[in-house]
Amino acid sequence: MSLTLEQVRRVAHLARIEISDAEAQSTLGHLTGIFALIEEMQAVDTAGITPMAHAQDLAQRLREDRVTETDQRAAFQAVAPETEGGLYLVPQVIE
Amino acid sequence: MKQWEVVIGIETHAQLATQSKIFSGSSTAFGAEPNVQASAVDIALPGVLPVLNKAAVECAIRFGLAVGATVAQKSVFARKNYFYPDLPKGYQISQFELPVVVGGQLVIQVGQGDKAVEKTVNLTRAHLEEDAGKSLHEDFQGKTGIDLNRAGTPLLEIVTEPDMRSSAEAVAYAKALHALVRWIGICDGNMQEGSFRCDANVSVRPVGQKEFGTRREIKNLNSFRFMQQAIDYEVQWQIATIEDGGRIEQATVLFDPASGETRAMRSKEDAHDYRYFPDPDLLPLIIDQDWIERSRAAMPELPVAKRDRFVTDYALSAYDAAALTASLDFADYYETAVAAAGKASAKPCANWVTVDLAARLNKEDREISESPVSATQLGGLVARIADNTISNNIAKKIFEALWNGEGRSADEIIEKQGLKQITDSGAIETMIDEVLTANPAMVAEFKAGKEKAFNALVGQAMKAAKGKANPQQVNDLLRKKLGE
Repeated sequence: MSLTLEQVRRVAHLARIEISDAEAQSTLGHLTGIFALIEEMQAVDTAGITPMAHAQDLAQRLREDRVTETDQRAAFQAVAPETEGGLYLVPQVIE
Repeated sequence: MKQWEVVIGIETHAQLATQSKIFSGSSTAFGAEPNVQASAVDIALPGVLPVLNKAAVECAIRFGLAVGATVAQKSVFARKNYFYPDLPKGYQISQFELPVVVGGQLVIQVGQGDKAVEKTVNLTRAHLEEDAGKSLHEDFQGKTGIDLNRAGTPLLEIVTEPDMRSSAEAVAYAKALHALVRWIGICDGNMQEGSFRCDANVSVRPVGQKEFGTRREIKNLNSFRFMQQAIDYEVQWQIATIEDGGRIEQATVLFDPASGETRAMRSKEDAHDYRYFPDPDLLPLIIDQDWIERSRAAMPELPVAKRDRFVTDYALSAYDAAALTASLDFADYYETAVAAAGKASAKPCANWVTVDLAARLNKEDREISESPVSATQLGGLVARIADNTISNNIAKKIFEALWNGEGRSADEIIEKQGLKQITDSGAIETMIDEVLTANPAMVAEFKAGKEKAFNALVGQAMKAAKGKANPQQVNDLLRKKLGE
């Protein structure tokens, strides 16, 4: 499987990464290399093996349902570019 | 003219009734000042890690058991990637390939009373996920305000198969699900506060066609009435579009209650490319059989089972039993009242709860849990009707007195206000004699054949007895005396 330049641009857009034509071109080269590696791994017969969701064979640890956090708004908002009435302000989102 | 079939599937986001968020120790209480319940995890500061809330998992297990689904022994959290300012991480933690609840069914009643038809809606899955924050678009000089208090609130997204065939069925499903999640205590069901939100996937196809039509998804329906209106509008719009030679494009639409119309949101070509992948910050969720069995043992009797038991145990009609099992609070209230009144009074208790009490609660817009008249008090009242201490009319007055806190029990009020029914026939006869002497004109009218005069005389006698005489007894004695 080989990647197209268009796919590289699309993935970059989805991730909101701005790339120049030259960068897209070199990224395509890098990613194609990775895909080649994946293709090599595809050759291994994995029939009957349950896919792993995590590299470690452990179970999720659970927390008791207790409120342990206190209000840190002032500290967090001290480093926010703009706030008003306790809200974070961001460039308008047009629906 | 072609006949059209409507196909509807519903996705519901039920906010889980936990104290803290799904992956952090922030409070989930509604109505706090903006951003005071948004911790470093919720606002996605670098270096933080999510830790799963056990109570959220417990809610999912309870739901799975309530709908007869498979609770997955192993489920996996995944990242759903998209950019929006109220989603600080740039992804929502959800479940994709391996959800915690698989399958299940919900039996619904479509229609009212005797015309109600039962239908089974199959569920596809239910999965755990976190809610996003809130964007406020007004009043910030061309900027958008972000409140992240809601970010990280635990949700259970419940997805049906495309099994519903009308807006009425969709609403019946939504109502049944709403009742169930409250019944098993996993969601408060408050639709105004957004605790229970539905999306409806709607398509139409010619009757007899096998393939589904192209669907449009109506987002964020937060009332049953809007759901009905939105689906009805959407269905006629889709049929009209196709009959006019157009075709339906897959889209997400919003319902505008003001115009009663659905409108497509600006199409975002990339919107559905969420690039899900397992979240490396979270290990697989393992639920062992022990945990499931413990949860099963702690489950309340479910609505359908309780409804059937009410019909057999208390000899109630299916209609009464359904009304009494509309919520767990209602059902518990009823059973406590019957326990106090005695099982022989099961039917009168049902009437008092579904008619008198329900009307009074409705009038003051109160929940049954806030009723000033307790179930034991109501049962005590019904017991006094059953043993002829008071008439139904007096009972209504006592109910009102209990409602207003004028006494701790029906017995106390009967005693204090001297409301005990007069059953001593000697005393009643004396009163009737007085009434007859005082109303010779009425007596004459009755003797002339006017039955109306008899009712007037009964009224006079009841008035003389201050309503405390047994009306049947007054009737009988009066007729006997007039016949002499």
